[in-house]
This record gives sequence, structure tokens and C-alpha cells, in this order.
Amino acid sequence: MTSARQAILGRLRSSGDPAAEYEQIARDYLIRHHEQDLRELLAERLADYRAIVHDAPVSELPTALREGPYVIPPDLPAEWTAGLADRVVTEPYDLEAVGGVITGCAVAIAETGTIVLDHGPRQGRRALTLVPDHHLIVVTPDQIAADVPEALARLDLTRPLTFISGPSATSDIELSRVEGVHGPRTLEVFLV
Amino acid sequence: MTNKPDPNSTSNLGGVGGGRMPTYVGMPSFPKAAREAVADSRLRANLAHATGTIRERRQRAVDELPDWAELREAARQIKDHTLRHLDHYLMMLEEKVTAAGGTVHWARDADEANAIVARLVEETGEREVVKVKSMATQEIGLNEALAERGITAYETDLAELIVQLGDDRPSHILVPAIHKNRAEIREIFQRKMPSAPADLTDDPAVLAEAARRHLRAKFLSAKVAVSGANFAIAETGTVLVVESEGNGRMCLTLPDTLITVMGIEKLLPTARDLEVFLQVLPRSSTAERMNPYTSAWTGVHAGDGPSAFHLVLLDNGRTAINADPVGREALRCIRCSACLNVCPVYARAGGHAYGSPYPGPIGAILSPQIRGIGSDVDASLPFASSLCGACYEVCPVAIDIPRILVHLRARAPKKAPERLAMTAAAWSLRTPKRLAALQRAAARGRRFARHARMPRSWTDTRDLPVPPAQSFRQWWKEGR
Ligand code: SF4
Repeated sequence: MTSARQAILGRLRSSGDPAAEYEQIARDYLIRHHEQDLRELLAERLADYRAIVHDAPVSELPTALREGPYVIPPDLPAEWTAGLADRVVTEPYDLEAVGGVITGCAVAIAETGTIVLDHGPRQGRRALTLVPDHHLIVVTPDQIAADVPEALARLDLTRPLTFISGPSATSDIELSRVEGVHGPRTLEVFLV
Repeated sequence: MTNKPDPNSTSNLGGVGGGRMPTYVGMPSFPKAAREAVADSRLRANLAHATGTIRERRQRAVDELPDWAELREAARQIKDHTLRHLDHYLMMLEEKVTAAGGTVHWARDADEANAIVARLVEETGEREVVKVKSMATQEIGLNEALAERGITAYETDLAELIVQLGDDRPSHILVPAIHKNRAEIREIFQRKMPSAPADLTDDPAVLAEAARRHLRAKFLSAKVAVSGANFAIAETGTVLVVESEGNGRMCLTLPDTLITVMGIEKLLPTARDLEVFLQVLPRSSTAERMNPYTSAWTGVHAGDGPSAFHLVLLDNGRTAINADPVGREALRCIRCSACLNVCPVYARAGGHAYGSPYPGPIGAILSPQIRGIGSDVDASLPFASSLCGACYEVCPVAIDIPRILVHLRARAPKKAPERLAMTAAAWSLRTPKRLAALQRAAARGRRFARHARMPRSWTDTRDLPVPPAQSFRQWWKEGR
């Protein structure tokens, strides 16, 4: 009896040189849609999807905190949490019991108002930025990519990746958009 | 008609594809089901409202990109290239997923896929799974198959939850509960959701909050999750799920075991190809520049997320469809649902009339190819269209749906279905009163005037030429 694998692959037997043919694919699209003022564009596009945007230094982070402890990844720079020593906790901690989470990111995409976490430095594991209801993200200028192609080129796809564009949302009721379902209901971004 | 697909009635009679997919019990042919749906004025109003909203927004999101045509062309070429070398890329994917600590399974049809998933769940010792919305698992009737083995599947997508709690069937690819309005959803929640507050209103934000509370404990305690996949990257073994609510992130991150069922056509060769699809999918689908959340993972990641990952690669007729030079275009589909939202026949008939998890124009070309043209409903589906071409115009991977419909019409048993065809497409557009209602519903006057001028002798549908794309585009713009 042939295995399902053999049967499926057997029905697909192809010929030719995939690598050479792949190079022929026409990619006449733009590599970016905006050239300048990317920081402003990012701020505008983030706000379009109801993220709260701060054009402010990290020293103003404390003003954004709500009630309860804030969980942080262990490698968050000390200057980000200066003056917050009694407010922040690290894992292991009950993520349901925190007021929010503070992280950095890997890349931000100006065109689409997207922040990408690769769960590397300053970001923590995936659950850390998922369970708490308030997510504060610090974006540094060097992390802003103009558009999707540039962002993807900067990322390593074999890392776990989370693309975030605004707070969690749904369009499932009459196709009208409602913010706040299962993921963090408030997304707050500091463009430092 | 019962509400659940009957797992015993999976059909592959006269199969083009030889796949198996539940046909809903007692499902009448398209025209008959459509007539019943059109008689339901509330359903029609719900659909007209929802599709009207999303149509306008999609157009704005697309118009924002001056290079949309080039993105669409690249998307088409990438998909065609991948489908031509699917064996090559599938083997590459298998190798990479395995190297990253995942396990790859192959399933020829629905029964094999269901058996694999059920066995994997049983091996964990669990009797419950949380699910991320997935067309592939609907196609194979996974929830019903798991129930037969005593395993409960909890849908976590809001619309899927509404459908599941309401003992209903999905009627739209992206928004399965599109046929329900807020008042009806409130009523379902009050009846079926123990945690719903007594003063639940029909404000969508309040309903979403109720769903959040209802599912929270499930997410935090779930040990096994089942998902579909929007894309998989052969070069790296990465799988991606595109979503909005965060239920996907919950399912993909918190449980110990993740089982992903993916149609073999979801593959893309390289990471770079995502730069095209992450631009065209959200704008076509929810009319957003980017959807709220996209998750990507590669096998298992130590200390982060599930410790076991299983990828089930599903054929279910796809290899046969891929061998049909005309029909294979349907495999480019990225399930954005744009073609449903612009379709005048879908807006009138609703999703249930298509008798399959895949409704609308894409359903009309996919279901008969997966299941074959053996049943009344499948034989009538290729006729469930006026061939107006709107679906092709909006499709981000340029699937020439009208062409495939005509191709499939030629294969359908003669006579009866052709008569049905007349009723399916023409009937809703023929009388002045219906036409006027349709125009109001869709707020696209110019577009339907065009149908009204079509000759009555539509019966010879096989010879009806596809409207030239240029003139349609022209007319579409004028009509806006
Ligand atoms: S056929 Fe095209 S428009 Fe329709 S769901 Fe598929 S990709 Fe979208």
C-alpha cells in the first residue's frame, strides 16, 4: 500500500527548474510607498487603528501606567523603567494579575502602522505580550521600516513572530470594527 | 434541513477532485435554496448591510496603493509558480518543519485528515481542543469527526462561536455569522452563554466583551489547539496565521500541543513572497492596511509556545484540481472573501444556499471541483452566477472565476441544471421589483442595470462570453 505522502507527491510530479523559474516572477511593485517622514507616518497609521501614540522620551513612560503591577522582560533597559522600581515585576508572575506589560519590539512598519515582535531582546516570550490587557511598546527610530518588504527583509522568519496592528479587534458583528477582544485591549506606543 | 453537516454524506460522486467534503443534509440545489433565502427579508437586509459596508472600505484600502495591479500580478505569478512545483516545495517544507522540531503528516482526503487529528488529540490524553477559525477544518468536517470520538472542539473566533452556539452553519468565509445581526447574536449569547450578564445589550463592543469572558478560562487552561494556516513558507518551514481578535495568538501560544491542518496549496516558496501577500490579503479581506495580528512560527520554539507541533498536509481533491489546466486557478485562492462581498448573487442568496463551507463565487468553483458534480447542489453551483465579472476584478490573485464557471458548466449533467441556472442567476434580477430591491440593497445602480439588459436567452450559458475585463473595469469605475 502506498503511503498518503507518496500518493500525493506522485500526483504532483513536476519538471523544470524551480529555482530558475522562481527568478522569473515579475515583481514590478513598489518596495516602499513613502520615502520621508516615516516616524510621522507611523504615528498617524498607528493612531488610525486606535493605538495610543506618544511622541515622547521613555522618561514619560510612568505617565501611561494604569493600576496594578506591570510585567517586563528581564532584559528591559534600566533607563526605561527608571522610577518604576515598585511598579514592575518579572516572570514567573501570574500574567492574569498584572495591569499591563512593557516591551520593546523588533521592527515597526510605518506604512501599515504595524509593530513586529520577534520575541528577542526586550520583548519576552509570546505569552508575556498576549495575556495582559495593556501593552506598552517602546519603538526606537532605527527600528522604523518604511514598508512591508523592508520590514520582512530585516526579520528572521525562523524566530517566532507577532505582527501587531492596533489593539485586538473584530469585524464579526455586521462587519463593523470593534476594538478589544482577546488580545490586549489597549495598545500604547512610545516613539522615542 | 438539519443544521449540521452529516459526516456520512461526504460525497465524491463523479468527482473532478475526488475529495470529500460534507454536503449539508438534504441540501437542495442552489436555485431552490436561494429562493428560500431571498424570501427571508431579514437575512437579505443583514447581508446587504454587511457586504455594502465592506465593499466601500475595501475599495478605499486598495486605491491607497498605486501599485495594486503589480502586487496582484506578482501574487498571481507566485501562486502559479508554486502550484507548478508543488511537490518540490512540499518536500522542502516537510524537511524544514521536521528540522525545526515539528512533525509532518499527509492526508489524502478528509477521512484521513480527521483520523490523524483525532489520534493526535487522543495521544495527549485530552478530550477538549480549542480551535482557531480554519476553512480547511470546516471543509473536512473536523469538529463532527472529533465529536464522534468523544472530543469536544471549542471554536474561539467570535463569528465561529456565534455559529457554534447558535447550532448554525457558516455563511461567509471571513465572517461566518454575517447572516446574523446584533440583536440575533445577543439572543444567542443570552440563551447559550452561561457567563453572559443579565443586562447584555446588542452593542457589538458589549457582545465582544461577553465572548472575551466566556473564552478566557478556556484559553488559559487548554492543552491542545487546532488551527488552519494562511501561508506556509517552504524555504524556512514557517507557518502563518492571520487574524484579528487575538484568539489565534491564544491558541497558537498557550497550549502544549498545536495541530495545524493546511491545504497543500497554501504554500509559498520563500520569506520574501510574504511581502506581497501581507499587503494584498488584509486589504482585500477586512479592508485594513494590516490585520491586527499575524503570528508566524517555525516548528517548536524552546521555552516559548507549544512543545509539540503537528502539521497535517491535506490533499482532499487538490492534486486532481491542480491537474486541470483551467480549474487549477482556483487553488491560488487565499480565502480573502472579497469575491463574496461584491457578488450580486451572493448578496441575494446568502451563503447557506451554496451548500458548502465555501460559499459565494469561490465556493461555486471550488465545491464542485472538490466534491465532484454528483449532487444537485454541486451540479447547480457553476450556474450560481450571472458571470458579471465583479469577483474576478476584486480577486487579489486574479482568479478568473467566470472562466472557470463556464468551464465547469460544460461538465455538468445537461438539461436540468441548465434550467436551474436560469432561475439561479436570472430570476433574482429579472422582474423590475426584484431588481429595484437589489439595487437598493447593493447601492450600485449602474451595475445592475447592466444585468437587466442581458438577453432572456441566457439558457445557453455555456456560450455566454465572459465580459471583457476592460469594459467591466470602466463600468465599475463609472458606477462608483
Ligand atoms: S477567489 Fe479570490 S477574491 Fe475570492 S476568496 Fe479567493 S482570493 Fe479572495
